Amino acid sequence: MLQVKNLNITLAGATRDISIVKDVSFELDAGRSLGVVGESGSGKSMTALAVMGLLPGAIRASGSINLAGQELLSLSEQEMCSVRGNKVAMIFQEPMTSLNPVQTIGRQVAEPLTLHKGMTRAAARQEAIRLLDRVGIPDAARRLDVYPHQLSGGQRQRVMIAIALSCSPKVLVADEPTTALDVTVQRQILDLLRELVSETRMALIIISHDLGVIGEMVDEMLVMYGGNVVERGQADKIFSQPAHPYTSRLLEAIPRFGMSRSERLKTIPGTMPEIGSEMKSCIFAGRCDLVCAECLQAPPPFVSVDDAHVAACIKAGRVMETAQ
Amino acid sequence: MIAFLLRRIATFVATLAIASVVIFAALELLPGDPAQIMLGIDAPPDALEALQKKLGVDRPMVERYFTWIGGLVVGDMGESFTYVMPVSELIMTRLGVTLPLALLAALISVAIGVPVGLYAAANHKTPRDYGVMIFGQLGIAIPNFWFAILLVLVFSIYLGWFPAGGFPGWSAGFWPAIKALILPAFSLAIVEAAIFARISRSAVLDVLREDFVRTARAKGLSRKSTLVKHVLRNAMIPIITICGLELSSLLVGTIVIEQVFNIPGLGRLVFQSLTQLDLMVVKNLIMLLVALVVFINLVVDLLYAVIDPRLKHQGH
Amino acid sequence: MSTFLKNARMHRSLMIGGVLTLLLLSVAVLSLFWTPWSPTAIDIANKLKGPSAKHWLGTDHLGRDVLSMLMSGSQISIIVGFLAVSVGLLVGVALGALASTYRGWVEELIMRMSDFSIAFPIIITAVLLTAILGPGTVNSILAIGIFNIPIFARITRGAANAAWAREYVMAAQTCGKGRLRITIEHVLPNISGALIVQATILFAVAILAEAALSFLGLGTQPPEPSWGKMLNNAQTFVGLAPHLAIFPGLAIALSVLGLNLIGDGLRDVLDPKLARAR
Repeated sequence: MLQVKNLNITLAGATRDISIVKDVSFELDAGRSLGVVGESGSGKSMTALAVMGLLPGAIRASGSINLAGQELLSLSEQEMCSVRGNKVAMIFQEPMTSLNPVQTIGRQVAEPLTLHKGMTRAAARQEAIRLLDRVGIPDAARRLDVYPHQLSGGQRQRVMIAIALSCSPKVLVADEPTTALDVTVQRQILDLLRELVSETRMALIIISHDLGVIGEMVDEMLVMYGGNVVERGQADKIFSQPAHPYTSRLLEAIPRFGMSRSERLKTIPGTMPEIGSEMKSCIFAGRCDLVCAECLQAPPPFVSVDDAHVAACIKAGRVMETAQ
Repeated sequence: MIAFLLRRIATFVATLAIASVVIFAALELLPGDPAQIMLGIDAPPDALEALQKKLGVDRPMVERYFTWIGGLVVGDMGESFTYVMPVSELIMTRLGVTLPLALLAALISVAIGVPVGLYAAANHKTPRDYGVMIFGQLGIAIPNFWFAILLVLVFSIYLGWFPAGGFPGWSAGFWPAIKALILPAFSLAIVEAAIFARISRSAVLDVLREDFVRTARAKGLSRKSTLVKHVLRNAMIPIITICGLELSSLLVGTIVIEQVFNIPGLGRLVFQSLTQLDLMVVKNLIMLLVALVVFINLVVDLLYAVIDPRLKHQGH
Repeated sequence: MSTFLKNARMHRSLMIGGVLTLLLLSVAVLSLFWTPWSPTAIDIANKLKGPSAKHWLGTDHLGRDVLSMLMSGSQISIIVGFLAVSVGLLVGVALGALASTYRGWVEELIMRMSDFSIAFPIIITAVLLTAILGPGTVNSILAIGIFNIPIFARITRGAANAAWAREYVMAAQTCGKGRLRITIEHVLPNISGALIVQATILFAVAILAEAALSFLGLGTQPPEPSWGKMLNNAQTFVGLAPHLAIFPGLAIALSVLGLNLIGDGLRDVLDPKLARAR
């Protein structure tokens, strides 16, 4: 239903264009979920904003983003407005600041309904109660008239989800939806998202820097590094058998139950190459301990290691073996 | 909300009380006998004595202060010896000119300044934006009384569209009266408009950086609807604060502009009574101006609470 | 790219402001030694003359040379501006620093006092002072200076409170230094940037206010030349001799513009966080 092909995101500079995201492709069916994982600066949030058509400033996207037959990148701004919040919706990292502080939450939840569905204010208000109730806001009818500052962070994120859900979007993009929340609340919000996906058959793109948080709740996974996809495949497969050294190192960095106290969490030495740096070698070469001469000669092609599981590493097979 | 209201009103009253003490004490500091100062050295002794009695010079200071305040509360401001009429009546007549002038100027400056600022913010970092910023810089650098003289030069002397000064009074009819106030109002307003433009622009730019603006865009609102429905009200919070400050500075500005245009308002009364050392008028007039300034600030604070729901629930 | 544009703009406003202010200062210094004519020399035969080779900017209603009066008038503007800002700076910074050093009721008292001062705008204070002292330059300095005090106090307190929360101040505290000593040695030097910016902008405000007070006859008295007084005289003859009104006004506007531009430019340089919004 959502097909992203060769998505490139560039910042138009004075002398040259700076590439932020290179050649991202993925497909997502209704009722399925995709996790996009990467460090900050890996291009994951930019990819999400590109799907929304909300890239800031002089940043442009090229390639193809096809939503149920509609090519989003070729839409005018006006046409895109009728897609946003309607067919694709988004929730953000900071629930504390993502709601308008001077409007009641009822009004904010009802707004997309009057905008896209042509509902009257009264009808939209009724629907808002139903939505708030669905996302788990207790006593929704009375909460309609409160302001965001009267709610907790978790509740605000629920309100954000209600807003995103209001027009029954085909795709929901969640950018680090739980990063700013307490651990216990994180779990509840993720569970809610998972329920909603199976209930409404929408497709979910969930973006996180934390493999542990989303790894177990998504169907498919996209691992990004320095603006590139380095591994793509079914989440459980990637989890059990990563094929890219970066993914493998990321998994080692997740704290697990039963770890002995003396065991230190592994870190990945080095830093990600700066955005826009032209790479003539594998982008991970500088931090990889499997690096060889061949890695430095050209960026590696995608190697298919399994059914719909690919990794941008010439030693993918070896990585998988060591992971086992 | 009620606690907030009460607290603000208490501050208002306290400020007025302290201000009245300051004004009273300052004028008490005048060396010599106030009656003598008002009437001059060669005043006839019986007139002097009558005025002394009226001023209550012989009574203790504290008593005179409370007599004054007691009078103020019931609207009795004593009598002006140069105009031979109650000060309150004198002030009310003059207020009938100054208040419309200040309000007209406020209206013009907000009507020009705020839209211009929004326009600049909506066109951030384009030549239009820079144009507005240059207007803003010039506006705050130009003295309003100079601008007034230039307006007179162009619109009264060269073009003859408006009178160069004077005020026919409201009895002359609405239009002639308003016509006499237009140039003065514009001289006051343009400078303030420049300030409004700068403040509105930066207020909107600040709000545009907020996360909830992105949420509004993600809902499918166009740039324009986002600006109108979500940005403006939030930007209003700093704009209103400045409005209050500027409204009081407009009120004070009328003192200068009335001099330029020879308009018989409070501003001219300040100077007439000052040159004639009509202290009864000076004292009450300054008190009134101070009270108006403080009152405007109170209104601004209350408006604040209406616009920003976070303030209302501070007590929670 | 955008930072480059911003820098260019910032430097441009600093540069234009610097040139204008330098011009103002050099004219004032020059006028101490030389003016084309005596600024007080009356020559009724040549009154209300427009600009000519003899009198570059014309003459006023008493035949005095406008350029010479403008040049001398700059002295008063600068003196009043300098003293008024100094009064505000000395008293205001001291109060603000005290508030931030001792917090508690000291801070509360000083801040309530500064809230109260909103009730007394410059002109009202000047009127009150004139009633007591009679008109004069001292009135202008006092009225503007008093007006500046709470502004400096508020800025100092705000910036100092922020500085107190910084690590280097905490480090100084752990060394056992007294609060007042920390304020003087660590806090004040670190907030000097914000104070310099504010002083520049208030200097501009002072020049405007001095002109207004002299224009109203509350400030500088004749025969001492002042820009405000010149505009007051010009008003009567504006139909006959518009140049009388134009040049003093330009002098005020350009001086104020110059200082404001410097203030804005300095804010960009010294306090990038504040400049972000603009």
